Amino acid sequence: MSTTTDDKETQSAAIEARLIPIYIMGKKYEVPETLTIMKAMEYAGYKYIRGCGCRGGVCGACSTVYRKPNDYKIYTGLACQTVVEPDMYLTQLPFYPAMRATYNFHDLEGKPEEIFELYQELFRCVACNACSKVCPMDVEVMDYIAALKRGDIRAAAKISFDCIQCGLCASRCMGELPQYHIAQLARRLNGAYLTPRAEHLKTMVANIQAGRYNDALNNLKASNEDTLKKLYTGREMEPATAGEDWTPKDATYL
Amino acid sequence: MKIAYYPGCTLKTKAKNLETSALACLDALGVEYEELPRWNCCGAVFSLADDDLIHMVAPVRDLIRVQERGEDTVLTLCSMCYNTLARANDLMKNDAEKRKTINDFMDEEPDYEGNVKVVHFLDFIRDSYGFDKLKPKITKPLTGMKVAPYYGCTLLRPKEVALDRPDNPQVFHQFIAALGAEVIDFPSATKCCGAYQVLGAPDAALQVSYEIISDAVKHGAEALALTCPLCDYNMGKRQDQMFEKYEGAKDMPVYYFTQLLALALGIPADASHLELNRESARELLKTKSMI
Amino acid sequence: MPIFISTRESDDQLRKKVMEISGQNFQQCYQCGTCSGSCPMADHITVFPRRIMALLQLGNRKALEEANTPWVCASCHTCMVRCPRGIDITKVMEALRLIKLRQNIDHIEPKKLKPEQVADMPQIAMVSGFRKMTS
Repeated sequence: MSTTTDDKETQSAAIEARLIPIYIMGKKYEVPETLTIMKAMEYAGYKYIRGCGCRGGVCGACSTVYRKPNDYKIYTGLACQTVVEPDMYLTQLPFYPAMRATYNFHDLEGKPEEIFELYQELFRCVACNACSKVCPMDVEVMDYIAALKRGDIRAAAKISFDCIQCGLCASRCMGELPQYHIAQLARRLNGAYLTPRAEHLKTMVANIQAGRYNDALNNLKASNEDTLKKLYTGREMEPATAGEDWTPKDATYL
Repeated sequence: MKIAYYPGCTLKTKAKNLETSALACLDALGVEYEELPRWNCCGAVFSLADDDLIHMVAPVRDLIRVQERGEDTVLTLCSMCYNTLARANDLMKNDAEKRKTINDFMDEEPDYEGNVKVVHFLDFIRDSYGFDKLKPKITKPLTGMKVAPYYGCTLLRPKEVALDRPDNPQVFHQFIAALGAEVIDFPSATKCCGAYQVLGAPDAALQVSYEIISDAVKHGAEALALTCPLCDYNMGKRQDQMFEKYEGAKDMPVYYFTQLLALALGIPADASHLELNRESARELLKTKSMI
Repeated sequence: MPIFISTRESDDQLRKKVMEISGQNFQQCYQCGTCSGSCPMADHITVFPRRIMALLQLGNRKALEEANTPWVCASCHTCMVRCPRGIDITKVMEALRLIKLRQNIDHIEPKKLKPEQVADMPQIAMVSGFRKMTS
């Protein structure tokens, strides 16, 4: 296996990087200061079979909780995204139990009462803000729960957009709510039932089903490679600077 | 005058008729208000434990939101929200040690010292707007309508946040009189409807609510005026359960006080969303030619 | 209903706890009964508020635990605005509830509520009910 110059440079950088102490589940390790928590744990000899996923900050598997010396605060981050700091005192919380309600989505209509029925614990929220403080994606969890309590599913869907379902909010919740499950239901209801439908999509689908484009498609399918190449290179394209009112010369399929 | 407006969870859904009628009234009266752009549920009840501070956080957070908007007064419509916010406010004003602990705990929020004033629509009309200023604006008085004002608990107790004397309050009576209706005074006007016991002891809550309505009927009321969405549930929606349980229970039209104000101000009925009231409420207004 | 009074039966821990949580000195109660006369839930409680105060003064944990009073109380505050001694009886009821709730013993179970009922009730019913009767 050949190593490229880049690899060699990275390797030297890793070897030359200053080692700093971090505490993984209470045990001290010296790790290069340039590494992410995930890489640092692997450097220290840990092998991931859980608590690791996309390594790209979007899957929510590697949620990590840590503290710093002389600081009472609880810090969180994704292990794959957070760079180590000296004397960081960490553990991973790859899973926190949170019950998801079972429902038949097609029986729902997007009414707030449906969420109240499925997640009565929603009303146990005391707005303590522990959830928002712990979220590694900076989602305003308390705010979307507040929106759901007042029946605003659309606002909750918008606020919870960045949620990666890591479960840290549920782990800190005083009211014992499974916030991220409730938010997911809100986003599903919003997408399926509350977001306005694209009327032009409906029209297009109807046109397709009515067979409007069948002849053209069949002609294309029957054409040989040369004809296709001619049609493709000679097609009329919308200019990059065209305004809202641009229409093609050939309006057959509009 | 400009004030901040705090709706509370229920006003956007079940008690939409309370909100839409109230805001239409504020517009008609020329009161400038702004709904807080960011707010959370206040918790509905004030925590009565001396050592419990976490349950103060929710209402205090809302008061901080008012402070953030640069406002010094917040208007509430829901009586439970009024009581909770007002009592939390008093705690922050008067108890230095708890104020410090709560401010320290909410380290992500600016400190709150109790500078905001919490008002309910009723005392706003009485004290800030004035009944004298209101009366000339009543273009469609509710003449001949026998309305019993029902205060409930949270507007009058405890004394620290009471809008009026708990034993012989007048503010709601004055409000109904200002609308041109016939005020029906009845002893149970300040008796509890059962409130949250609709969850824990529903039969008990049903009985006390039934007794209140019966008392109003006995004193000649043909309509009940309310300020609280939970009272509206116990004494409005749950009337259907009363008919099943209590022989002789009659259907009593129930309205939010702001719906009556809206009608009296001549505001079109759709602002009051009367479809959320009992059918008897709509029928009564029809027979009185008010809709 | 006879109760047994003795120093062995008096639970001083309970009395201290209730005083601490409620911030009220129930020793001041002189048993006038105004609270019992004011309570709207009188028809549904097994022990009237006046008697609850007496039981607290005696530290009778058993009788207090058997009473359903704190769980039927609607926190209407009528008792406390009328108490001639200025005792906040509503806070005493809250303390009795909290002693149980803080042991993680709920009085109602949110998940056992009928879905139609949850859909029907205003949100403040659930918020306040869960606050008062669940831990």
